[in-house]
Amino acid sequence: MTAAAAFFYLFASVAIASGFMVIASRNPVASVLFLILAFVNAAGLFVLMGAEFLAMILVVVYVGAVAVLFLFVVMMLDVDFAELRQGFQQYLPVGALIGAIFLIELVLVVGSWTIDPGLVQAPLGNAAMGESFTNTAALGRVLYTEYAYFFQIAGLVLLVAMIGAIVLTLRDRPGVKRQNIAVQNARTQGMAVETRKVPSRQGVEV
Amino acid sequence: MTAAQTVLPTLAPLLPELILAVGVMVLILYGAFRGERSVEGVNVGALLLLLLAFFVVVSQPAGMKVTTLSGAFISDAFSRVMKGLILLGSSATILLSRDYFQRERIDRFEYPILIVLCTIGMMVMASANDLIALYLGLELQSLAAYVIAAFHRDNLKSTEAGLKYFVLGALSSGMLLYGASLVYGFTGTVSFPGIVSALHGEAGFGIVLGIVFVAAGVAFKMSAVPFHMWTPDVYEGSPTPVTAFFASAPKMAAVAMTVRVFIGAFPDVTAIWQQIIVFVSIASMALGSFAAIGQRNIKRLMAYSSIGNIGYALIGLAAGSQEGVQGVVIYMIIYLAMTLGAFAIILSLRRRDEMFETIDDLSGLSRTHPVLAFCLAMMMFSLAGIPPLAGFFAKFYVFAAAIKAGLVTLAVIGVVTSVVGAYYYLRIVKVMYFDEAKAPYEAMAPGLRIVLAISSVVVILFFLLPGPLRGAADAAARSLF
Repeated sequence: MTAAAAFFYLFASVAIASGFMVIASRNPVASVLFLILAFVNAAGLFVLMGAEFLAMILVVVYVGAVAVLFLFVVMMLDVDFAELRQGFQQYLPVGALIGAIFLIELVLVVGSWTIDPGLVQAPLGNAAMGESFTNTAALGRVLYTEYAYFFQIAGLVLLVAMIGAIVLTLRDRPGVKRQNIAVQNARTQGMAVETRKVPSRQGVEV
Repeated sequence: MTAAQTVLPTLAPLLPELILAVGVMVLILYGAFRGERSVEGVNVGALLLLLLAFFVVVSQPAGMKVTTLSGAFISDAFSRVMKGLILLGSSATILLSRDYFQRERIDRFEYPILIVLCTIGMMVMASANDLIALYLGLELQSLAAYVIAAFHRDNLKSTEAGLKYFVLGALSSGMLLYGASLVYGFTGTVSFPGIVSALHGEAGFGIVLGIVFVAAGVAFKMSAVPFHMWTPDVYEGSPTPVTAFFASAPKMAAVAMTVRVFIGAFPDVTAIWQQIIVFVSIASMALGSFAAIGQRNIKRLMAYSSIGNIGYALIGLAAGSQEGVQGVVIYMIIYLAMTLGAFAIILSLRRRDEMFETIDDLSGLSRTHPVLAFCLAMMMFSLAGIPPLAGFFAKFYVFAAAIKAGLVTLAVIGVVTSVVGAYYYLRIVKVMYFDEAKAPYEAMAPGLRIVLAISSVVVILFFLLPGPLRGAADAAARSLF
């Protein structure tokens, strides 16, 4: 058994185990943490397949953004997952039956597929490029040349999303004291300190 | 590493989009720095940008048909006509919006910016020559539309409209995307010419499934039955100028996109999508005319009217011929004029700080505002398809194309439903001219006057000079075949 195969079994088994724990664990925060573990192991599997770009994207996007967002939501909303699962026992037989039917269908469909041997022989990326590019470089090449148009429009879509979020949620709350650095810096001694002559035994009005 | 030489693609056909994109960034910066004081400037700037882009589109050489950006972008007579309509619709919206937004105190500089961004998305849709460009344009348009539907964010109905539109829109985008992925999977390409040559005029089961899902996605964007459910609620809930916008420019883009997909990517498998379009067309016309009868709210009525009108426009597409597409383009030109005119009048029903939106509020309008009543009557007669107004010709061209293509039943159903539809259009005329007069409304804002004047001229005088519009529609249709 080579090292690659050993790592494959390690990543695959941890991914499946943590996937199971996502639905089995009682604490929702633990579920999300197991989800992150599953993502990281899936990224490991991608690395073994030579798809290092997908692996990094999986970690950056899913772990870095999506899962952390889940974590925030789960922590802030305080959803009672135990209550949500109450009907679980009751619906288990029907669910298991439907699941089994889907599984059989899936096995039948996938089992009857045959992959063109020609495709298996020649990995697409290298054949098209003619050289040993990493697939990050290959993606970058088409993304900024052939697909520059799509890239730009996708940028505009994100701009709209940003403006939309600001338009719909940003409010000016009256009575909130904000820090205004320009005003702070423009303060002079005269504005901040007042000198008064205090007459003896009389004090001053404040 | 042999660095493949990349040549900068031809950007000249892209000029209108570039003007809008760069201009809108400048406006965003201006708005962000000047804050609420910039509203006036951003509104004027956005209007000027849209008009500038319109003139650039119009002045592009007439016979030009080029694809650029690795085949993703096509500029031909069809895209130019539809872009012209989209830009006119968006400019008119900005003219219609100003007064309303000021009075409702939701006058913020982001609104014209979102309209311009939405317009860029629509123009990308009209020029899309492959499925990715189509989808990205659609998303750009829809996302901006969701936000402006909810623009009156302290109003419950407006927020509900935005949320409903967003959830259902996301669902339909998903369906479109699923269809597109099937088409890609079974043809191996996303470009429309590539799909044509990959199909060789025959379609397997996977392609049919793909076409059905794509059709469902585009039908939603056009608000055609059976994917129309969102339309009345969104139209009623959104601020009225936004409703006017939804009923005008995005409809042009959605129809342009539909024609592009079916005529551009699947011209040799007409038999498959024709039945879908025929069904959608009949269902839209029927629902548009029957469901509108019971409506009291003018905005809901206009929503059902727009559903019905999309049904008529689709008759031309169902024909699948050059005359058919020509009919669709003429229909959309005239529909744009009728819709904008009608909304200019709806927006002027205002007394002090209150807007009036029901049909009863129109009663006796002929005595208090004779000009307004006359214009609205003309719009309604035109929507009902009574000669010699423009709406009659719009219907005439699509029916003629359908009969020529052998779709006699479809044309007959179209005529029958337009008779049913005439009932509720004419009821508005009756309410205005024969019912008790109510207190007069305030004078129209200048922006509304401009839009109403232009659209009335088009609707009333189209029959005197149909040549230029027909010629443009003819060139547009020819460029697709």
